[in-house]
Amino acid sequence: MRWLIHLFPLPALVIYTLFVVYPIFSAFLYSLYDWNGIKRGVFVGLQNFITLFTVEPFNEMFWNAFRHNVFYFVIEMIVQNGIAFGLAFLIYRKIRGSGFLKIAYFMPRLLSVIVIGFLWKLILNPNYGALNTILAKIGLGEWARPWLGDPDTALLAIILINCWFGIGFAMLIFLAGLQSIPEDLIEAARLDGATGWRMLWKMILPLCMPAITIMTIFTFIQAFEAFELVYAMQGSMGEPFYSTDTLAVYFYRMAFSSGAGDVTLGLGSALAVVLFFIVGSVSALSLYLMRKREVQH
Amino acid sequence: MKMTVGGRAVSYVLAYLFALIALYPIVLMISSSLKTNMEIFASPLSLPKTFSLDTYKKLWEAVPFADFLWNSVFVSAMSVLLITVFSAMAAFYLSRFSFKWTGGLYFFFIVGLMIPIKLGIVPLFLLMKNLGLLNSLWSLILIYTASGIPISVFILTGFFRTLPIELEEAARIDGCSHFQVFWRVLLPLIRPALATVIIINFIHAWNDFFFPLIFIQEEALKTIPVGMMVLFGEYETDWSLLFAGLTLSALPMIVLFLMASRQFMEGLTAGAVK
Repeated sequence: MRWLIHLFPLPALVIYTLFVVYPIFSAFLYSLYDWNGIKRGVFVGLQNFITLFTVEPFNEMFWNAFRHNVFYFVIEMIVQNGIAFGLAFLIYRKIRGSGFLKIAYFMPRLLSVIVIGFLWKLILNPNYGALNTILAKIGLGEWARPWLGDPDTALLAIILINCWFGIGFAMLIFLAGLQSIPEDLIEAARLDGATGWRMLWKMILPLCMPAITIMTIFTFIQAFEAFELVYAMQGSMGEPFYSTDTLAVYFYRMAFSSGAGDVTLGLGSALAVVLFFIVGSVSALSLYLMRKREVQH
Repeated sequence: MKMTVGGRAVSYVLAYLFALIALYPIVLMISSSLKTNMEIFASPLSLPKTFSLDTYKKLWEAVPFADFLWNSVFVSAMSVLLITVFSAMAAFYLSRFSFKWTGGLYFFFIVGLMIPIKLGIVPLFLLMKNLGLLNSLWSLILIYTASGIPISVFILTGFFRTLPIELEEAARIDGCSHFQVFWRVLLPLIRPALATVIIINFIHAWNDFFFPLIFIQEEALKTIPVGMMVLFGEYETDWSLLFAGLTLSALPMIVLFLMASRQFMEGLTAGAVK
């Protein structure tokens, strides 16, 4: 009966292959066909990709959404991960009430994105929302605006809400990284005269590289997959005027809004493939580059 | 490390200011759900003047929350159970045997970490249709299980590898079979990693609304997030009802978290930075 052990990975392998690998692989194939109605039509090679990048309005839609994804990533790296690292550092340096603080920071992460979307929609409501009310109370009334209705602020508002949601998780990852630094290394550096900022830049940050690597990749994947919050708050058109559109929302629109099986199915699949390559190649590359730079201890 | 008194004061102000920013919207949500609409518009920031659960009664009549709750519990519990058992079995195999194919198999699983499964949604939709699983909670369970496997195999394999091989050899000398080594010796030892896997996947399955949005049309089969979405669409002007709906969807998770927050915190970070 010893051979039975070789069946151990089988259930995981079958389910994973059938419901993750097969659909992605099929999406690759779908992107090479012309679709009319519900049936797959003729093989068209890379035509769908060419259409996606050269024919209006598809190309404009693509680059518009792509820019938003990049913006998503940059703001999350700076705001979410910056603040999260700062908070992790404060807790690492032993602050009173750290148990409560960790729970408080993590709390937003427990809510479903749909709850967060509607909660913030109510808070940001131009007439009765809490944010504009608070601004008026502290004398900044002229700052009040319809945050989500204004194309200039809508995307930033959504990204900041995403940061609010993600800070607790990022903080925990950074804290775990900080706590894995051996005490004696810090001690040795201090005896050598390293203090304050020097200590942070020369010692702590490099030793935290594994945690920073992980969060960078997570953030990248998250930014390029951004869908739920935009959909919950601004619908499948990335309102107002596509100002909050992302590649995943655009993909959803092509795949589902026009009814599955429509002509855009091939195009949608092509977009899925492009998105897959962006996420896959960049995360593989950054993993490789950052692993090389990490300090071993 | 030493801090100056001023530095310490600034640290405290910043740390607690962010706690306020994180918690305030949630407190606002709960307190608004106890107000009347008039009160919300007149004084949105103050605490409710009188305590009333009327809105919740109204909500209970507007949506079949008990159904949604049961569906969410069933889907999450089932997915987490399957992910944990299957991933632990696979991870045990991958960390303890080195045949030609184990390296490749491990890589095959890990690639899934970088695959955004949402991108396969069209083929997945057709697959579920062919399997007759549209409008079935099993479509969700299978997808959550499948997409939870890469991260879980990754965490568990890493953890299994940290366990000394001598433990297992001793058990084998005592006459344990592979299965007994796995079940009696190793599994109890990887409890922290199992907690991580359970927590990560539970939060994901509980809160997801993308897949139920696509696969579940029937009202009685909706999970909490999608079920509540209907409410948010239909009662657009009844703010206290909306806040009550938000509170009710968030409450099970918040209660669970507060009850097990230590395990939660440790579990979440245990396998993260290895």
